[in-house]
Amino acid sequence: MLEIKNLHARIAEDETEILRGIDLTVKPGEVHAIMGPNGSGKSTLSYILAGKEDYEITEGDILFNGESLLDMEADERAAAGLFLAFQYPIEIPGVATMTFLKTALNAQRKARGEGELSTPEFMKRVKDKAAELNITMDMLKRPLNVGFSGGEKKRSEILQMSLLEPKLCVLDETDSGLDIDALRIVADGVNRLRSPDRAMVVITHYQRLLDHIVPDVVHVLSRGRIVKTGGKELALELEKNGYADYVGEQAA
Amino acid sequence: MPAVQETIDRVRSIDVDQYKYGFVTEIESEKAPKGLNEDIVRFISAKKGEPEWMLEWRLDAYRRWRTMDEPTWARVSYPKIDFEDLYYYSAPKTAEGPKSLDEVDPELLATYEKLGIPLREQEILAGVAPQNRVAVDAVFDSVSVVTTFKEELKKAGVIFCSISEALREYPDLVRKYLGSVVPVSDNFYATLNSAVFSDGSFVYVPEGVRCPMELSTYFRINDQQTGQFERTLIIADKGAYVSYLEGCTAPQRDENQLHAAVVELIALDDAEIKYSTVQNWYPGDKEGKGGIYNFVTKRGDCRGRNSKISWTQVETGSAITWKYPSCILRGDNSRGEFYSIAVSNGYQQVDSGTKMIHLGKNTSSRIISKGISAGKSQNTYRGLVSAHRKASNARNFTQCDSLLIGQDCGAHTVPYIEAKNSTAVFEHEATTSKISDDQMFYCQQRGLSDEEAVALIVNGFVKDVIQQLPMEFAVEAQKLISISLEGSVG
Ligand SMILES: Nc1ncnc2c1ncn2[C@@H]1O[C@H](COP(=O)(O)OP(=O)(O)OP(=O)(O)O)[C@@H](O)[C@H]1O
Ligand SMILES: [Mg+2]
Repeated sequence: MLEIKNLHARIAEDETEILRGIDLTVKPGEVHAIMGPNGSGKSTLSYILAGKEDYEITEGDILFNGESLLDMEADERAAAGLFLAFQYPIEIPGVATMTFLKTALNAQRKARGEGELSTPEFMKRVKDKAAELNITMDMLKRPLNVGFSGGEKKRSEILQMSLLEPKLCVLDETDSGLDIDALRIVADGVNRLRSPDRAMVVITHYQRLLDHIVPDVVHVLSRGRIVKTGGKELALELEKNGYADYVGEQAA
Repeated sequence: MPAVQETIDRVRSIDVDQYKYGFVTEIESEKAPKGLNEDIVRFISAKKGEPEWMLEWRLDAYRRWRTMDEPTWARVSYPKIDFEDLYYYSAPKTAEGPKSLDEVDPELLATYEKLGIPLREQEILAGVAPQNRVAVDAVFDSVSVVTTFKEELKKAGVIFCSISEALREYPDLVRKYLGSVVPVSDNFYATLNSAVFSDGSFVYVPEGVRCPMELSTYFRINDQQTGQFERTLIIADKGAYVSYLEGCTAPQRDENQLHAAVVELIALDDAEIKYSTVQNWYPGDKEGKGGIYNFVTKRGDCRGRNSKISWTQVETGSAITWKYPSCILRGDNSRGEFYSIAVSNGYQQVDSGTKMIHLGKNTSSRIISKGISAGKSQNTYRGLVSAHRKASNARNFTQCDSLLIGQDCGAHTVPYIEAKNSTAVFEHEATTSKISDDQMFYCQQRGLSDEEAVALIVNGFVKDVIQQLPMEFAVEAQKLISISLEGSVG
């Protein structure tokens, strides 16, 4: 589903290299966790996957279902089925969350040549999914992310994800800022979306999330490279020993 | 290239192509000779078959105008207008004075059809539920070509006709109110208008009558080098209610065209007037060439107790907009409202706002202004809120928000507040924001194209004002705003 090949990327503005040769293959149905120290390039990788334009790819390629993403705009990637749950969701004043959801869903459907959803059909979907995530209708009437608490923002991201039903879900620290109950609600929401034809890349700092969303593969990203790949037990080991071993390994 | 930058570039490349009302109607017109002098004023007055007092009124205005200078305090710049190089009267040859629809030149009907303004009553009756009917006065260059649903309105006692017709049919009513809100010598453009206004709409809603349908005037400038000076006078007698819509377009032409209208509203005791405008005059091309110079004086007089006047405007067109729909809150407990969306793009310059003059006791006013600037445009809100010495308990709430798209545009807020009565409570809030790259990227990640993203964010920004528009207009206005801001839609 996703194939990242020797990806090198830098910040367009000042040419600082952030990603320095990433290789990663994610197959349908798999969940990959990416862990790694602050500033190692995890969010940058997720932005580049989603098509943010602040970065320049200097080498390598990203294939999504066999096709290169590099020439596609962010909205085209979204319509193709790529979703990013943001580490820091953005506020859109004046635009009710409900309106945003409907506009996004219909924009994607249009891009894929599908018809618009009728309002009752859309409302039904939203109501069901919102209830599962403990999101009230009142919250959906508020402007998107404006004044939402940290946890509400993250739940709203997962609501968007479950409505849009993407093929590849990239979750950037969706667990940060969540209390224990909310963590479970969000993890359940993510788990409901797990399916044999959908893949997930879960960026996190904590083993805790991976207790709920059990990954097939765990990677350690350090200074723009994947320095270690293992099974779910790798996360446990990191929890105990920290990144010192791997960061050191790379420096050597 | 960051997403916002791309949008800006697209917006910048905005072309005349997307001004879809830019076509010209080929129709023979009858013009007065170019330039302005007393003979032209006499010519116009004679054309209209006006009473003698009206000619004197015009001549008085003309003489005063000759002594006046153009105002320069607004934040707009343009080459000096040569007032001798304009035609002050131009009328389609086939449309001398309002007629029945059967007699209206098919070319004219076709023009309005193309503009989406239905004039054939039978067709409107077939397609629209009674409560959604709109009566239209269609003004083409200097004359009103037709007014629809006149008979039906008459049954309710409502007078809705061109002002030329009103001067002939109801001279006493016109004489009583004309110039009573905007005096002849109010300002340079209003005085000019008083001298040469050629047509416009007249509405009188009698005591206790709720006007049974929306009234609207559709202004179309067609001819070259022709100034349009229309005059609208609306009177809501005691306890009456009327909602009035105004729409306007013009062909795209390389030269600038002058539009200097005067609108006067009068609300007597317990009356209410709701006046909505969607102004979509040709804004000029991407180099800033051509476009309408729009110098308009609009003022409402809440003359009676408990009266209410509400202005709602969506301004997307014109090269220059100079316009301050205002309310004089004379009656005790009267209320004035001003809701405005002003969109500027390309090289457009907008200097617009309102005046709320509190004179009576317990008067209140509310101002919500949303300015959106893109391209290389400049967008200024200019507002005055004042309370007279005797205006005890005057209340005003003003909210003034600006949204910037891109680096090369400007937004300015110039609020004046004067309270001569210590019981006045005036609140003012202002914000300026920008559509950020992060917002654009977030929307695009969810599948919105950059145009859709801008439209969504902008619609969120203007929502409070859109809600004030009559339903049929709200959808149109939203579309219009999106089109005005998007380079490639359509
Ligand atoms: N647009 C940018 N401009 C300047 N520096 C940037 C930009 N984007 C990323 N960086 C830098 O690149 C590095 C990687 O950042 P990134 O956000 O990808 O880290 P991360 O692994 O997600 O960290 P965290 O765990 O703290 O979220 C950091 O040093 C960051 O400051
Ligand atoms: Mg990060």
